[in-house]
Amino acid sequence: MSASTQPSSEPVSSKSAPREPGLSTLAVHAGEARQKAAHAITDPIVCASTYTFASTQAVIDYIEQKQDREEYGRYGNPGEKVVERKLAALEGGEDAVLYASGMAAIVGLLMTKLNAGDEVVFFDECYHRSREFCAKHLSRFGVVTRQVKACDYAAMAAAINSRTKLLVSESPTNPHLSVVDLEQFAHLGRQHRVETLIDATLATPYNVQPLKYGIDYVLHSATKYLGGHNDLLAGVIVGSREQLEPVRKLRGIMGAINSPHNIYLLERGLKTFELRMQRHNANGQAVAEFLAGHPRVEKVYYPGLASHPYHDIARRQMRGFGGLVTFLVRGADWKETAAVVDATKLARIAPSLGGVESLIEQPLVMSYYEVSAEDRQRFGIPDNMIRLSCGIENAEDLIEDLRQALEA
Amino acid sequence: MQFRTRAIHVGQECDPQTGAVVPPIHVTSTFVQPGAGTWGEFDYSRSGNPTRKAFERTLADLEGGGYALAFATGMAATHCAMMLLGPGDHVVAGSDIYGGTYRLMHKVLDRVGVKVTLAPSTDLAAFEKAITPHTKMLWIESPGNPQMSITDVAAVAAIAKRRGVLMGIDNTFASPVLTRPLELGADIVMHSATKYLGGHSDLLGGALVVRDKGLFDRLYFLQNATGAVMGPFEAFLASRGLKTLELRVREQSRTALLLAEWLAGDFRISRVLYPGLAAHPGHELARRQMDGAFGAMLTIEVPGGLAAAKRVCESTKLFQLAVSLGAVESLISQPVLMSHSSYDSAARAAHGITDGLIRLSVGLEAFEDLRDDLDRALGT
Repeated sequence: MSASTQPSSEPVSSKSAPREPGLSTLAVHAGEARQKAAHAITDPIVCASTYTFASTQAVIDYIEQKQDREEYGRYGNPGEKVVERKLAALEGGEDAVLYASGMAAIVGLLMTKLNAGDEVVFFDECYHRSREFCAKHLSRFGVVTRQVKACDYAAMAAAINSRTKLLVSESPTNPHLSVVDLEQFAHLGRQHRVETLIDATLATPYNVQPLKYGIDYVLHSATKYLGGHNDLLAGVIVGSREQLEPVRKLRGIMGAINSPHNIYLLERGLKTFELRMQRHNANGQAVAEFLAGHPRVEKVYYPGLASHPYHDIARRQMRGFGGLVTFLVRGADWKETAAVVDATKLARIAPSLGGVESLIEQPLVMSYYEVSAEDRQRFGIPDNMIRLSCGIENAEDLIEDLRQALEA
Repeated sequence: MQFRTRAIHVGQECDPQTGAVVPPIHVTSTFVQPGAGTWGEFDYSRSGNPTRKAFERTLADLEGGGYALAFATGMAATHCAMMLLGPGDHVVAGSDIYGGTYRLMHKVLDRVGVKVTLAPSTDLAAFEKAITPHTKMLWIESPGNPQMSITDVAAVAAIAKRRGVLMGIDNTFASPVLTRPLELGADIVMHSATKYLGGHSDLLGGALVVRDKGLFDRLYFLQNATGAVMGPFEAFLASRGLKTLELRVREQSRTALLLAEWLAGDFRISRVLYPGLAAHPGHELARRQMDGAFGAMLTIEVPGGLAAAKRVCESTKLFQLAVSLGAVESLISQPVLMSHSSYDSAARAAHGITDGLIRLSVGLEAFEDLRDDLDRALGT
């Protein structure tokens, strides 16, 4: 019998101060009504596009905000509200706004907060589509995007001016897994009266809750760990009710809402959130350690390794380090690197991450194929880089698969 | 590959047409055939459906069997196994079994001339003694419902072999994470997939798993002929559930053991029935037979009978008052009024289903939250 199965010796807390519910308790129950429609234990999937009113007076009561209810599917859905409340609870935030995808979420926030002439400052290690949206599309609306080196807070401070409205970073970043000092990042925003956004997709609220550090908005591609089964697309922004109110309103106009079936799968996926994250964290750490000791591996990017440049801040700030591991194959050109990817049997070659199934990709081929060699160098994407999203399979099986692929 | 890796990958290969990492949900009722009189792998969804088949293949692998059949419900699965029997045949069933199985045997099968005898499967001699020359099948549960009795699966399988009868086991409570009866000699493993396999209280399903091809062919014929198959949406959700099966069952079992140990030391409880406790009569056997944990179902008895048990069941806030089990949400129920209400009162008395029993299905919530909830409810 392991130590963890010993009965707790602490006194029963109903006789002492109230205790915060455990994360898994929140994952299963938070945001859900105790008594649901038809007394069902699970929430129904409400597919309705529109909602009926009993009378004209009921319409007027709704418009005058005397009654909280649904009106038309684009403005809200009962299942969506449940998941939004659950995600807000897991992040320790007041409110959450759900979108059709992670990109729809960041676009929704940027379109709400930025006007022509405004500026946004990014840390440069980020999902290439976020960068592309700002550089190629926001610019068409007169918004200026400035990029500074990731985790260079002085450079970010220097890039802020009176027109700056938003500071944006991922933490950890993709695919380098650099970890932002959230306290310092939030402080920078407050000091200059600029709002801050952290894309915490790779961390998840199991590992870090950025709002607790004073960050204004947390963004997730919920397609990844939150959904967790590689079978839905979703995005979410969590923050204060007041700050998210205009975001929600614009979502209702732009219409990038999620679908009722997806929302149900997301709610279902969240029930096992803590278990999955514990396993992703353990697998990420085990795989990173194995790779770090393998002669064919030149470098491993994983914040849980002491060799990682952001290990100290990651340890202070994070409970675990996630399932994503990036590494370089020693002395390999792009074809030799591709051969390692192709030789894996358990991990599937595919974009995305954070699901129960392990996925593997070579950033050069998957995301940066059409980017020039100079730009790839600028973004830090060498030809011999591999990104592995560890699923929840047994670590031994993942390691064995990597070993045979590296030694093939 | 290890159990958890197989749960994610076997039978769930990516879609060859689109590369989709998760196989599609095939809602089709029928399949276009290559020619008149030539049949493709699938012809009509009652006879076979790719989404259902994916679930069947994963489950068959996890149970260490060769073949699985997925049904609309657990009862449909049990009924299919029982349709192997005919008029004059006799079945010996354990005495600590689900009320719905009791009802099927005593109130439906009797009308087609199948006779049943209940005997304690924990007492091997008594159980074997109930076998008659007409006996064709032994049927057990382990852990039993609601008393959590542990039956020696390998020993019962040996009796079945020696006496030339089939042996079926409802493996719902243990799940293949903790017990794989086919590896112990059982002929048929039955599941209510509604419980741990699905695991999220959001589907109804059942399954039969076997190793013997001849037995599979007979069961498949019956399933196809009677038609109580699992739907494609349920099969998809069940497959999705299997991917976290081991994580869920081990975590829920861990919490159940902590709760059982805490409850065993509480003066407000007269009995705790949980095989993980050293005082449980099946403890040593469970340690040998169950793979590193004792399941997430436990039954307690409170003094004060029906009224006292009712008060507790109606007072918990986190444990929800509902039938069913095995999901992420913890549930509480009174066997006398709920899962075993279809027993005759005399049979309830004979088989130890007393008025003060409370059955707990321990979910994924944090141990401390569940303990505090029970503590409050017992205090009322």
